[in-house]
Amino acid sequence: MAFLLNCPNCGERNVGEFRFGGELKVRPEPNSSRDAWTDYIYFHRNVAGDQSEWWYHSFGCRKWMVALRNTVTNEVKDVLFPEDVS
Amino acid sequence: MLQLFQKKRMWRKSPLKRHYDVIIVGAGVHGLATAYYLGKLGITNVAVLDKGYIGGGASARSTAILRANYLTSQGIPFFRESLKLYGDLAQELDYNMLFTRSGRFDLGHTESAVFGLRMRSQFNQMHGVDSRLIGPDEIKKLIPVLDIRQGKHLPVMAALYHPPGGVIRHDAVVWGYARGADRMGTEIHPFTEVIGIKKNDNKIIGVETTHGFISAGSVVSATAGWSSTVAALADVNLPIVTHPLQAFVTEPLKPYIDATISSANLHVYAYQTDRGEVVIGGGVNHYPSYSQRSTLDMLETLSGHVLELLPALRDVNVMRQWAGLCDMTPDYAPIMGKVDGLDDFFISCGWGTWGFKAAPIAGKCMAEMIFTGRVPELIQPFSLSRFREGKLVNERASAPAGAIH
Repeated sequence: MAFLLNCPNCGERNVGEFRFGGELKVRPEPNSSRDAWTDYIYFHRNVAGDQSEWWYHSFGCRKWMVALRNTVTNEVKDVLFPEDVS
Repeated sequence: MLQLFQKKRMWRKSPLKRHYDVIIVGAGVHGLATAYYLGKLGITNVAVLDKGYIGGGASARSTAILRANYLTSQGIPFFRESLKLYGDLAQELDYNMLFTRSGRFDLGHTESAVFGLRMRSQFNQMHGVDSRLIGPDEIKKLIPVLDIRQGKHLPVMAALYHPPGGVIRHDAVVWGYARGADRMGTEIHPFTEVIGIKKNDNKIIGVETTHGFISAGSVVSATAGWSSTVAALADVNLPIVTHPLQAFVTEPLKPYIDATISSANLHVYAYQTDRGEVVIGGGVNHYPSYSQRSTLDMLETLSGHVLELLPALRDVNVMRQWAGLCDMTPDYAPIMGKVDGLDDFFISCGWGTWGFKAAPIAGKCMAEMIFTGRVPELIQPFSLSRFREGKLVNERASAPAGAIH
């Protein structure tokens, strides 16, 4: 099912305008072990349920944002700029 | 005479036991193939569990194309052996699978696409897979209804022609394996969802299901799009993201095209079924999701692109559209084997958009691994640990219709 994302800048827009940027993770420090970087780059929780994730409004304001979406129903519960994520 | 009208069950219904030597989670084509080949090795105290009905997930939603024209020295031999097993499968399982070797054409519309196809044809021939590069004239001769787009945007410049490729009746493959495994004594338990995996230190001892706890010598997860959720029950993270893949079929037409065509440049593939319906599919959705609902934008895009190749479909009605879940890996190659640091837990996942065509050989290799405790050479490159060792298998270029996520 396609869905809308409520861009904090542009308002409700079709998901086709956005690029998915992966689930939200804590980025390792630059000098972290290779294992930590491997986990960060390749391994995912890939949850069936509520997931915080990155989106890029490529055909809109070209800003990165964080959405809370249910991956089973595609219901988008919140979209925030990263600086507003608590 | 009355016997003719008697319905015969293809597999028994049996009460769930409290212990099995092997529990296979997922009664799709991969889980059932693994069960079947385990049975052939004499391991029949086996239960195949599924949260839904048999073959109701990705196996039912696959577009059932078989081919072996892959790119890498790891991928080609693996898919070649699978195609070989598929060739004899109807006889092996005594079940009509309507395997039609109609030939597969991967079309290239740009210089760089043709370069990739040429590379594949060379590597295919090196590994004994019949595939060769052909030009527009030969393509037009073999597929008269195809618009080779001379003088238009994205003309068909070449095709990777793979004669042994084709289409099989996917439900029959699932049911054939299920019946074959059942006849050897393996139990199949649909509507038995695994909701927990029990460990003792680093050893798997059984699974918690919606019908109670069952202990097991080994547990195999063959759960495709849901692999991450099942692995999470054993506290294992996988390099997998679940994306839906969509396809649709037209109303039945007279025999019109007898080839399977795929275009990475136009992100679309198509073939006509034995019933006359034209099956049309493309790449995965650009965002991950566990939703199996189809979308209008995908129907529009795929329709637009298929008309660029098969303009005669212009006024044909669409009957059904559907979505299935694909467990996509970063290198577009599967994951088979053990999980490091966890005993008696086997995974067969990362089947993305290329799983159905691999099921026989994957099931056979998984069974051999569980039986002998050693990883068969054919699947050694597909270990989970390859992501930690920097040994990725790059099959991206041979993903169907450029199913890029």
